[in-house]
Amino acid sequence: MFAELFSFLYQFADVFAFLVLSASGLAIVFGMMGVINMAHGEFIMCGAYVTVALVQAGFPLPLAQLGGAVAAGLIGIAVEALVVRNFYKRPLDSLLATWGLSLVVTQGLLLTVGSTMPGIGTPPGSFTIGQYTFSTYRMVLFGCALAVLGLIYVVFMRTRFGVHARATMQNAAIAQCLGVQVGRVYGLSFGLGAALAGLCGALYAPTMTLIPTMGATFIVESFVTVVVGGANVLLGTAPAGLLLAAIRAGLNGWGGQIIGQIGMLLAVIVIIRILPDGISGLLARRAR
Amino acid sequence: MFLSVNGPQTAGNGRAFWLAFAAVLAAALAYPVFADPYDVGNFAYLLLWVFMAMGLCLIWGYGGMLSFGQTFFFGISGYAYGVLAINFGGADGTTFLALVLAVGLSALAALVLGYFMIWGRVTGVFFGIVTLSATLVLAFFLGQTAGPEWRIGDARLNGFNGMGGMEPLNLPWLDGDSLYFEGTALYYLVVALIVLVYLGLRMLVNSRFGNVLVASREDPQRAELLGYDVRKYQLAAFVLGSSLAGLSGVLYTSWGQFITPSSVGLPAAAMPIVWVAFSGRSDITAALAGSFIVLLLFQTITVYSQQAALILMGAMLLATVMLAPQGFVLGAVRGLARAARRGRLAGQEA
Repeated sequence: MFAELFSFLYQFADVFAFLVLSASGLAIVFGMMGVINMAHGEFIMCGAYVTVALVQAGFPLPLAQLGGAVAAGLIGIAVEALVVRNFYKRPLDSLLATWGLSLVVTQGLLLTVGSTMPGIGTPPGSFTIGQYTFSTYRMVLFGCALAVLGLIYVVFMRTRFGVHARATMQNAAIAQCLGVQVGRVYGLSFGLGAALAGLCGALYAPTMTLIPTMGATFIVESFVTVVVGGANVLLGTAPAGLLLAAIRAGLNGWGGQIIGQIGMLLAVIVIIRILPDGISGLLARRAR
Repeated sequence: MFLSVNGPQTAGNGRAFWLAFAAVLAAALAYPVFADPYDVGNFAYLLLWVFMAMGLCLIWGYGGMLSFGQTFFFGISGYAYGVLAINFGGADGTTFLALVLAVGLSALAALVLGYFMIWGRVTGVFFGIVTLSATLVLAFFLGQTAGPEWRIGDARLNGFNGMGGMEPLNLPWLDGDSLYFEGTALYYLVVALIVLVYLGLRMLVNSRFGNVLVASREDPQRAELLGYDVRKYQLAAFVLGSSLAGLSGVLYTSWGQFITPSSVGLPAAAMPIVWVAFSGRSDITAALAGSFIVLLLFQTITVYSQQAALILMGAMLLATVMLAPQGFVLGAVRGLARAARRGRLAGQEA
């Protein structure tokens, strides 16, 4: 009995980690700038590729993963300065611009690097409860998801940057009048979002096949988590992750992966009918 | 009520425009007489996508709803046509019954999805990502239907390899023969449908319905305060535009007697956006003409490298939003019209 219960919790933790890791970067960018970064999947892919390249160059895995996140973050800052910055007044056009970018990057990589790259394999290690065997690395990923949520909390609630960021989120014009460098806050937020996307790719790189279109695997989950979570990353992402992971893990256990994904999407479509501003909109309304 | 094809919501209302329209139509009708049958079939293939572009133009350009999920409806109808045509056997005009049912199915899907989004007040960026999520999930679902248990009647879905073996559109003809809509016959069918849909949409957007739709794009709150239930107009536009994507899907399946999940997922889902954004989303004529040009260009480059063609599509999307947010085709036409007017004024002064 305990083994079955743990098995469900393990499934739940696995899905939760996937949702939170893939969505947190997107949620930060959306919450700050109102921009949905359609190239989010490509930042994830970038993190994964850099990680694998560094491991093959002889770096230990955790260091390589950090490198993947940093690389994605730096590219993110560059992309913000060159492209996204022009579109803060036209959020719909920013979707198109980043989507165009995403097409260019994935197809360019397919053309230059080719369709697959040798992977690095999941770090070994497993533990057994009852008759079930569980992978330790999946638990590490769950820990990382919690750590990312903690990191976002600390950055936004305990640092000077966080104060500026929250002020900008509330009212960019007044924040600017009070001396906050809004442009720099936007740039850094986009960089942070890209770095978290890169971290997601870095963490999942050992478990996946590396192909230039791998970002598409993450993008549905990250979209629906952000839609359900709403505009505030601090309030929305974790509860959305919990809710969707419960739905997804239950359906996965009942009918398999594809039923889980379809069921999750249907649940999201119903949720947006009830909660148009997402969970954070609901919580913010309650708090008022 | 008098419906007019001319009005404030379409560019090109004058005599010069309609003369040009007649010339293009005449050229299109005469084309198969001079051209190689293979090229005619190929042109029919390029033209069948234009319905999806015109539908997106209605939803996005006139209705202000940025849908990334037009291939969702394309896929539903394309697969539905295949399943129905296989199960009906495809003789005695049943393929046209399959066409009607398949387009109806995508309209139904649009009605359900649109109800939840529009009544949930999903607007702006969320509209795009929810529709895209629906498309991607459909593509994942179709991709894993490889096993023999995934069959509907006699039709096997076949996962990534795609479904084939359905009859193309055909009608009973003289002497018990059937007229198959392939090659030149398909070309004339598609051209006739385009003229019908194009003129129909022009009447629609220039009617009271179109004016309210545009008003709700410009300022939904104001339109609502004037007494219109904005949601009904938006839903109607969404359903109609999505049915046109469905029509493209049916014609595509019938053209190649084949459809795969890759015509639903990425990067296929981005293509209608590229055509319409590049052409100019706020005018149906620009969407029609521009999409055809982009499709022709895309096909020409795909012969050498599919990746290069897709890179160009991405770069075109990026360039459009950075340099000409109104669209290049529409922007160029407006620029020419301005130059002509200035020239005429200069002539009068001289």
